[in-house]
Amino acid sequence: MSESILLGHGGGGRLSQQLIAREILPRFGDGPLRTLPDAAALELSSCQIRFSTDSFVVQPLEFPGGNIGDLAVHGTVNDLAVAGAVPRWLSLALILEEGLPLVTLRRVLDALQRAAHQCGVVVATGDTKVVRRGQCDGMYINTSGIGEALPGFSLGVEHLVPGDRILVSGTLGDHGMAVLSAREGLQVHNGPVSDSRPLHRLVQAVQTWAPEIRFMRDPTRGGLAAVLNEMVMGREVGLHVRESALPYAPGTKAMAEVLGLDLLHVASEGCLVLLCAAGVAEKILACWHALPEGVGAKEIGWVTQRRGRVILETSIGGERVVDLPGGELLPRIC
Amino acid sequence: MNYMDGFRRLEAAVHFRARLAGHGRALAGQGRKVHLMEVCGSHTMAIARYGIRGFLPEQVALVSGPGCPVCVTDPGLIDVAITLAGQGVIVATFGDMVRVPGSHATLAKARAAGGRIEICYSPLQALQLAIHHPESEVVFLAVGFETTIAPIVAMLDTAMRQGVANLSLLTAFKLVPPALDALLADPDIRIDGLLCPAHVSAIIGADAYRPYAERHGVACVVAGFEPLDILYGLDGLVEQLVTNKPCVDNQYSRVVKAEGNRQAQRLMAHYLEPAAAAWRGLGSIPESALVLRRQFARYDALQRHGLTLQPGRHNPRCLCGEVLKGKIRPRECSLFGVACLPEQPLGPCMVSSEGSCAAEYKYEEC
Repeated sequence: MSESILLGHGGGGRLSQQLIAREILPRFGDGPLRTLPDAAALELSSCQIRFSTDSFVVQPLEFPGGNIGDLAVHGTVNDLAVAGAVPRWLSLALILEEGLPLVTLRRVLDALQRAAHQCGVVVATGDTKVVRRGQCDGMYINTSGIGEALPGFSLGVEHLVPGDRILVSGTLGDHGMAVLSAREGLQVHNGPVSDSRPLHRLVQAVQTWAPEIRFMRDPTRGGLAAVLNEMVMGREVGLHVRESALPYAPGTKAMAEVLGLDLLHVASEGCLVLLCAAGVAEKILACWHALPEGVGAKEIGWVTQRRGRVILETSIGGERVVDLPGGELLPRIC
Repeated sequence: MNYMDGFRRLEAAVHFRARLAGHGRALAGQGRKVHLMEVCGSHTMAIARYGIRGFLPEQVALVSGPGCPVCVTDPGLIDVAITLAGQGVIVATFGDMVRVPGSHATLAKARAAGGRIEICYSPLQALQLAIHHPESEVVFLAVGFETTIAPIVAMLDTAMRQGVANLSLLTAFKLVPPALDALLADPDIRIDGLLCPAHVSAIIGADAYRPYAERHGVACVVAGFEPLDILYGLDGLVEQLVTNKPCVDNQYSRVVKAEGNRQAQRLMAHYLEPAAAAWRGLGSIPESALVLRRQFARYDALQRHGLTLQPGRHNPRCLCGEVLKGKIRPRECSLFGVACLPEQPLGPCMVSSEGSCAAEYKYEEC
């Protein structure tokens, strides 16, 4: 086999079959994918399922703390987890660019396989396409996921009441800053490392308090600021966040300061934002602290009566609005 | 980061709040209200971001100044950059400029239409672009005050030493002191004290403000960008005014020297010479710009590509000019938050990361 992806790998002929036989089936062929059916036959114990899809176009494909492969698993697994579901099945669609080094593809697929195993999800169906050089940045991945709903959760921002607490499971903005630093070649000692990781164990661990958990979300694109604003926009309640309580990794914070970026707007990929009744906040935090992915969990604020507003109590005791991010993260001029 | 956190301590902020309240009582006793201008856009943004306006007594009014290089740049410069991108030139720019409206479009729209617009985190990245794309012309959008001029000129110096021939600068270099002089001379504008910019002062030095401060009898404090720096600076300004002893005080001495950065000044003087410049809101100010000296004309993008800079078209209802003079607060503009929004800015002050309108919209309850 050649050392890079050729257009013929997507042509449906011998090269395609070789690619699937040598790279896909050895990694994902244990489940329904084994016989390469047109559609996977799945059996679920519950009829309460959650279904999610996401596409991954990250540049560069590999970055400190992960690559597009484990990111594609974690992204969809986390979307299911924050909906209160146990992730079970995953689809995997690869769009590969002609010329992609095969060693890169193998590293991505290895990471994808490890992540799927770690999350307890089975890749049940998939697809591979190859596009001409220049038509995509190396590779794109789409994953869709099916999960079984955990009993007890009734999640929705409409359940928020003043006094509810806001928890985060770990440091913020690590993924976005890690990708940005890799993309721009900003090599810094002890710089940002992506937090790409699954959140399903954090959700399953707090099922005991499910009736008092109002809402969960992972702050990916747009960061914590986007998630918090979406929760209260147009509603009768608001949010109050204490800047001094926000957890940041030192390397991530330093990089953001240098570039003039607000970490509230920067994506995380392994952080869970959870809003719950005040009475269970401490119990949830203690539970999370016992898990490796929740060791840095903190309470960062509470729900207020300030209609539709997210207010940040700054480190010096001032107050300001937490705005929606503008979209593209742009460094300042000086 | 521990170093930085030391300038964001709550206990020290509480101390300054109490001191400012005391100054407020003293001013009230004198029957006075004072007007302070934060000259620099980074100060404007930090003031809003940390909620510092809420620390001030009612006898102290804080207004924004013209110290955002993006905001005072004429839209004609964006027009030229878009033209260049349309001609196949790689336009390299700091991120701030990408969404600033030109007369008809933005660089972001030009990029979506196929123009090659590259965002740089430092001027050296523009040089790297030129080195890695010898087949293309690269034009760096050289917008900025003294802070930014120095590293851009250093980059040009490196490019020349390395014989990089496919790089040129589209310059919109502006100088802060002449703009302050013009502001202070305007009888319609009342300014009692200036919070002088941190990074600009690191280049020009604290002494650069003395002629203007003495001529206009205005209080001046050079202050850093951390929240405690700003509170310390505001405290110093109001104290000067309460005691009626205006002077130039350098409260950012850990970075700023009285004489500034001599090496940077020499480098700038070697490559650049003063010229008149049009400032949004302030009009034409003599010797307020720096342009490439004639012997370096081959690095001037306008001359190299046979273009001329024409004044751009402002939205006639946009009051960014009045905001930049400190005459109005952003929310007093009828477009603010209605037709002019961060995602669809009609004026540069709404889009720049140092813009007054963006700061007020992003961080203050409107």
